[in-house]
Amino acid sequence: MKDMMPKFDLFQPADIETALKLLDKYGAKAWKMAGGQDSLDWFKDRAKRPDAVIDLSGIEALKGIRETAAGLEIGAMTTLAEIAANPIVKEKFGLLATAAGRVASPQIRTVGTIGGNVSQDARCWYYRSGLDCYRAGGNTCYAGTPQGMNREHCLFGASRCVAVTPSDTAPVMVALEAEFVIRSSKGERVLPADKYFIGPAVNITHMTVLEPGDILMTIRIPSKWAGAKFYYEKVADRNTWDFPLVNVASAMKVKADGVIEDIRIVCGAVECVPRRLNAVEDIVKGSPQNEDTATLAASSAARGAAPLNFNHFKIPLMENLVKRAIRDS
Amino acid sequence: MTTTDDMAIGRDPVTRRRFIKSVIASGAATSAAAYYLAGCSDGSAPASGSVERLITLKVNGQDRRVDILPNETLAMTLRYKLGLTGTKLGCDRGECGACTVLINDVGHNSCSTLTHSVRGRAVTTVEGLEGPNGELHVVQQAMIDELGPQCGFCTPGQVMSAVGLLKANPKPTREEARHAMAGNLCRCGAYDHYLNAVMRAAKSA
Repeated sequence: MKDMMPKFDLFQPADIETALKLLDKYGAKAWKMAGGQDSLDWFKDRAKRPDAVIDLSGIEALKGIRETAAGLEIGAMTTLAEIAANPIVKEKFGLLATAAGRVASPQIRTVGTIGGNVSQDARCWYYRSGLDCYRAGGNTCYAGTPQGMNREHCLFGASRCVAVTPSDTAPVMVALEAEFVIRSSKGERVLPADKYFIGPAVNITHMTVLEPGDILMTIRIPSKWAGAKFYYEKVADRNTWDFPLVNVASAMKVKADGVIEDIRIVCGAVECVPRRLNAVEDIVKGSPQNEDTATLAASSAARGAAPLNFNHFKIPLMENLVKRAIRDS
Repeated sequence: MTTTDDMAIGRDPVTRRRFIKSVIASGAATSAAAYYLAGCSDGSAPASGSVERLITLKVNGQDRRVDILPNETLAMTLRYKLGLTGTKLGCDRGECGACTVLINDVGHNSCSTLTHSVRGRAVTTVEGLEGPNGELHVVQQAMIDELGPQCGFCTPGQVMSAVGLLKANPKPTREEARHAMAGNLCRCGAYDHYLNAVMRAAKSA
């Protein structure tokens, strides 16, 4: 039979204030649990051993999708299934609906939340199996060595750690210029998506700016890109459940004469943070949306990549996904 | 602790299979409980404000009082405390879907659900699909007719995912059904048979 998770105290607060108090009380010994679909795996593997688990699923204020004058507000605890099926999201930000629908499996999307998905911890099977690597507070990296099994790891931004973001929705948030509303007992702050995610050079043990006392409340999506031309594609070893090997999210505005007016294009699973492809954006802006532009753009998609021993394949994969995004969206 | 409701109701003469099942269930429950307590509770009192241990669960239409640890998953509770071993534990990591049960009629991985989070919600396991006279559910019959199960380990999960789909969408297209069943791994590779069964069940319901 399967064994149990190690012991922890479970708290199920019904409001934000209680949750914030608990987080302040337990500090780094507390674990914020959203849908719990990844959390419980960490506990079962003994890779994370919190004293207290704060289950946020009973806090109604963190749930729901609301239209505002500025765009859309999505509560951090809104499930991925709800986002994928929401008519407003589908109509205005089809990119997000598609990405949310590509996460894991139906059972996981039913419970898994947008806040949990964007804040998901790194993909590195050494780290996830509980080894004492840099990210876990130790003093070595197992994946970045000549013998390391690093097929899933990064092409960019390695800094002692070579793990990648596994999120399917995080690149979408950067593409759509989303804002993240964070609360702690000290107050509220709002950060743009590209400041929310942080790489190992900034903090090797964190994927996001969230500190122990912080709760991600809401994700705001401005109406700027509503109804734009979108492209999302995820490539994974298994077509269901699996993390992406590479994913791409793009939002593009094309004029009536077929010229690309504006674009944001972001790749996931190639760096610890969603990677915005500025070079690609600069190349295609002002050019017609066609095969030639897409080919040219693709050739610069992976510029500067520093592949590890077993992940060279990610370079052509990334280039081809970018090519499709420009040509087919 | 464990249940022998099936025998207590006494609606059928006790079959050999049923008898053996109940003996296994009670044995597993006893040894599992000892195992939990040895490995996962140091006997210290829970912190104030933490969840209660004795809770009522709504399983297959019955209210069941159970002693639940904070770190206990629904799959553990169902299998080792309520004796509902129809729910299988495959990977215990939300990867395979063998432990799928319905919570308020929607499929969930019971291995990735804390039992404390289902208080007040209706849990349906594969045992709960049984008709009043022991008949198979239309989905189960369709899976037999379409030769769905080979080794059968993933079957309860496949059944529950299919039942959940048909409750939400009684007439799915084949593509919709394929997506809805995507969270259930079948290592025998009988996916098309299961899919045929879902479509057959949708037609006959």
